[in-house]
Amino acid sequence: MQSESTVLQTKMSVPRSEKLKKAFKAAFPYTIPIFAGFWFLGITYGIYMNVSGFSFWYPMLMSITIFAGSIEFVTVNMLLGAFNPLQAFAMTLMINARHLFYGISMLDKFRGLGWKKFYLIFGMCDESFSINYTADIPEDVDRGWFMFFVTLLNHIYWFSGAALGGVFGSLIHFDTEGLEFVMTAMFVVIFLEQWLKEKKHTSSLLGLGISLLCLTAFGADHFIIPAMLAIVAVLTMMRRPLEKGGEVQ
Amino acid sequence: MTLTQQIVTIGMVVLGTAATRFLPFLVFPAGKPTPKYVQYLGKVLPAAVFGLLVVYSLKDVSILSGSRGIPELIAIIVVVVLHIWKRQMLLSIAGGTVCYMLLVQMVF
Repeated sequence: MQSESTVLQTKMSVPRSEKLKKAFKAAFPYTIPIFAGFWFLGITYGIYMNVSGFSFWYPMLMSITIFAGSIEFVTVNMLLGAFNPLQAFAMTLMINARHLFYGISMLDKFRGLGWKKFYLIFGMCDESFSINYTADIPEDVDRGWFMFFVTLLNHIYWFSGAALGGVFGSLIHFDTEGLEFVMTAMFVVIFLEQWLKEKKHTSSLLGLGISLLCLTAFGADHFIIPAMLAIVAVLTMMRRPLEKGGEVQ
Repeated sequence: MTLTQQIVTIGMVVLGTAATRFLPFLVFPAGKPTPKYVQYLGKVLPAAVFGLLVVYSLKDVSILSGSRGIPELIAIIVVVVLHIWKRQMLLSIAGGTVCYMLLVQMVF
């Protein structure tokens, strides 16, 4: 009881600015690969909008308000086509359906974070989720602020890349062919981190296997939804053996 | 499309994206205990989703044409070896990416 109140006191006595600085310092290194990837993709996206005939305001506003990479590229095509808001909504739900999984996994981690929780959910793109779920946040770093800075930095990278591409679109020439692999490399590392942490690999292997099967069966543009449904179905059927086998703590 | 139609279209995309992100938190609010089944999914899903994301980031690689996915395979092996050896996230990602860029710009 006494030690608990001491801990509480030390926590309270750390000034807010110190707490923020510490969380920022811990969060920033995790976001560096995302800076590279988001600037590459964001600039590409801005240029794409520019050459499609849109003013730089479009990529700027869309990167802030939507903040989900693949759907923003698709939206360019929607804006060039016939007006069909319902289809735009349905298409977005399908392409971004994987975010439902992120939310289910973060229900506990976002608990009790106050107003920050709203922004964390709003900004939960693939990259923010992956880092916030897997990062080993040191004991003395505030979890809420750590995740907040990861999300905010990613948001800034994506916005600034899209804005740069939109403004300087036609002027930029890069010989950065292959830089987009930074995203694949990051997801491989995150998968590997999860792999090294877990005792049994059933779920990891199921995720890889089912996704590959669905990719082969349905093709690159249509495999996400069937893969998600199949993953949930198989994990549901395997609930008892997985819980008994000690994969769920 | 008129400007208003464009704004509505972009608004629908914003709404759709936010819906997929907020829905689980609205259906399972913090005050009430989350159903056991959903808790179970929350624990086993991430590992599978990271597998899905790896495949997703490679979805446009064709093994039947072009460089047949060989540069991707080599670069992924580099990432895995680097990561198991040093376990430095940035080093593994940078090493694999530089390797991939060299491969697609100079070899393939």
